[in-house]
Amino acid sequence: MSHHTIEVDNLSFCYPDGHAALHDVTFHIHMGEKVALVGQNGSGKSTLLLHLNGVLRSTSGSIKVGGLPLNDANLGQIRAWVGLVFQNPDDQLFSPRVRQDVAFGPLHMGLPDAEVNARVEKALAAVRMSDYADRVSFHLSIGEKKRIAVATVLSMDPQILVMDEPSAGLDPRARRNLINLLHDLHDQTMLLSTHDMRLAAEVCPRTIVLSGGRVVADGPTRDLLYDAALMEQHGLETP
Amino acid sequence: MGFAFQERYQAGDSPLHLLDARVKVVATLLLILGIVLTPQFAWPAYPLIWALLAGLSIIGGIGIGRLARTATLALPFTLAAITLLFTTPGSPLVQVLGLTITDAGLGRFLAIVLKSWLAVQAALLLAMTTHFTDLLWALNSLRLPATLIAIISFMYRYLFTLREETERLLRARASRMAASPTGRAGGSLAWRARVAGGMVGNLFLRSYERSERVYAAMLARGYKGQLRTLNAPPLSRRAVLLGAVPVAILLLIELVALIWWR
Amino acid sequence: MFSPILALHIPDGFLSVPVSLIGWALTIGIIFLALRQTRDQLGERQIPLMGVLAAFIFAAQMINFPVAGGTSGHLLGGVLASILLGPWAAVLVMTSVVAVQALLFQDGGLLVLGFNIFNMGILNAFIGYAVYSAAQRVLGSSRISLIVGAAVGAWLGVQLAALATALQLAISGTSPLNIALPAMVGVHALIGVGEALITVGALLFIRQTRPDLLGEPARSATRGTALVAAGLVIALAVTLISPLADPNPDGLERVAEDQGFIETAQSAPYEILPDYTVPFISDQALTTIAAGVIGVLIVAGISFAVARVNRRASEST
Repeated sequence: MSHHTIEVDNLSFCYPDGHAALHDVTFHIHMGEKVALVGQNGSGKSTLLLHLNGVLRSTSGSIKVGGLPLNDANLGQIRAWVGLVFQNPDDQLFSPRVRQDVAFGPLHMGLPDAEVNARVEKALAAVRMSDYADRVSFHLSIGEKKRIAVATVLSMDPQILVMDEPSAGLDPRARRNLINLLHDLHDQTMLLSTHDMRLAAEVCPRTIVLSGGRVVADGPTRDLLYDAALMEQHGLETP
Repeated sequence: MGFAFQERYQAGDSPLHLLDARVKVVATLLLILGIVLTPQFAWPAYPLIWALLAGLSIIGGIGIGRLARTATLALPFTLAAITLLFTTPGSPLVQVLGLTITDAGLGRFLAIVLKSWLAVQAALLLAMTTHFTDLLWALNSLRLPATLIAIISFMYRYLFTLREETERLLRARASRMAASPTGRAGGSLAWRARVAGGMVGNLFLRSYERSERVYAAMLARGYKGQLRTLNAPPLSRRAVLLGAVPVAILLLIELVALIWWR
Repeated sequence: MFSPILALHIPDGFLSVPVSLIGWALTIGIIFLALRQTRDQLGERQIPLMGVLAAFIFAAQMINFPVAGGTSGHLLGGVLASILLGPWAAVLVMTSVVAVQALLFQDGGLLVLGFNIFNMGILNAFIGYAVYSAAQRVLGSSRISLIVGAAVGAWLGVQLAALATALQLAISGTSPLNIALPAMVGVHALIGVGEALITVGALLFIRQTRPDLLGEPARSATRGTALVAAGLVIALAVTLISPLADPNPDGLERVAEDQGFIETAQSAPYEILPDYTVPFISDQALTTIAAGVIGVLIVAGISFAVARVNRRASEST
């Protein structure tokens, strides 16, 4: 049985307006790997991430998570396994209070109230934000919001953490705190889309480069990110 | 901007703050109902009701003066009732600008102004001692439609986010809309309206797209069209009794007013 | 300052208790219908969509533009919301806006919240939408029909909200109709122009940027909309015309000087029944209003039934 894995094979996707965002994307991620997904704006990173727990559904190609094919029958299970952290924490934190937001996932998994509360405490402790449970999300700083956003998926006890641009908009200290947090999370397989090459180099041993909706490189981070020609060709830069 | 809405909630741990929000909602509605039902010429009743509200504001740690001042916010609306001064039949009191103010007219007008002012104070007491999220929670467990409460809850979450976006838009407009030396704002009326309309349209699109991202974030965390919330704790008898005290006092004032003062 | 937006937010104390309760009864009924309609039309998307758009309307009300002489144009937003989302969703969006203004900022009372929602969120939304979709039907979905339909709809929506407010104040004995009506409607004839200009401007912007968003609610609108709008207009017209149809042509002055009436008024134990001395407040008038209210509810019920039957029919084919 394969836990904590992602297998994407020959995935293609067109938006309803005809814009083709992904072409024949294939990659496999093993249990416990931390992988960076890099590419220019519009290269298809966010579109790809939205497929991983079925927010977007493609008819061409296949996705397996933890060995289960992504289909209507497995959708609920896969959404519990894949914790998706959106780029803008203001989209992710849609409840007035922090506690309500962290409880949202476990509540919709149908867990009893006592278990939900226990998970909220545990998830907030994991991102070191236990004191923030009764705060109003709107008043938090963006760094605090990011951490809470991570907690909102940790409370679902996911096998896989998928994050879109985790360090975007953070000041240096908040960014450093976030990198430390990502280092501390050992239980999850991780896929991070990012423009932050230093974050990729520091957190992820493996990197996938996406360009024009295609996988153009996939290998050890230290080989790819320091390949100046490759980086330049796809509108990126070395760390 | 003339629109500087501030949340009125005052953080605190007074008995009024700690009282079950469901009790506060119901008690506030009953108080407002009682205030509006006061026989209009029962003059001694008004200071007594005010004393009741002032007492509550002391318990809630809100200054009496502050509550009274903030409650004047509805006073501009009294313009709508001002004609009562002249049109209510009664014995003439004074002549103003050729119009006759009657005693009954003055009485009716004052009664409306006082009732409105007192009712706003009651509503303010609720808003100042109850966080809006607790208010929504209370309305939800008082069986208001869950969908409507959920919509309002989302609205509250994005209210201030969108207000900030709007303020940024307004600043951007102001920085480009220099007034000419004659002091007149630039452009024709239609052009200015077009700019304002464009801002509203722009804001709509941003909001619409945000709602799609929020929906995706909800789906990603297992939302299937049915919102779930944590169960409400049972209502304690003590809270109900506490909430009943001001309502009972008001009832007493109203009874006395009905028997002796009308 | 008598801000134009405040002018339609009635505070507590200005409407009598029975009038307030009629407002609640009407509004609760229509909100209930709106909840059913939007659940069927928008499904699970409805909660985030309407929540964020309610916040949008609230924020959009901050956007103003100078008109002349220190006054400025504002947006109420009910008609814009109904053109963008359809009238039923607009009812819920505007209900949220008006309720939050009352609960959070005490802008408008709680006991009178029923009628505040009705005036600014229901009447407004249905009338504006009916005019807009009529223009679309007559003129086709062109730029001109959008401008004409939205402008007339927005202006009329504000006018009717003002008219309804004046009526409710008059029936409550707070402001005589012969003064309140021209004053409110006169002021809002100007405010309505601001509303129309911003509504049209916003729609033109959206038509340019995301034309796909403008077609949607028009397609999903039910025939019920026109019926509800017609019902609301008829009810308003009836309540408005009833005093004019008074068999005593000079009733206004006569009753005003009728001392007997004042005595009755003063002997009323409580203000449950409005005791103001405008001829309007007679048992017949109250009956007429009740009839109007019942009429609206019946029309709403019929439209709901029609909508259901239509859907069943389309589902079974």
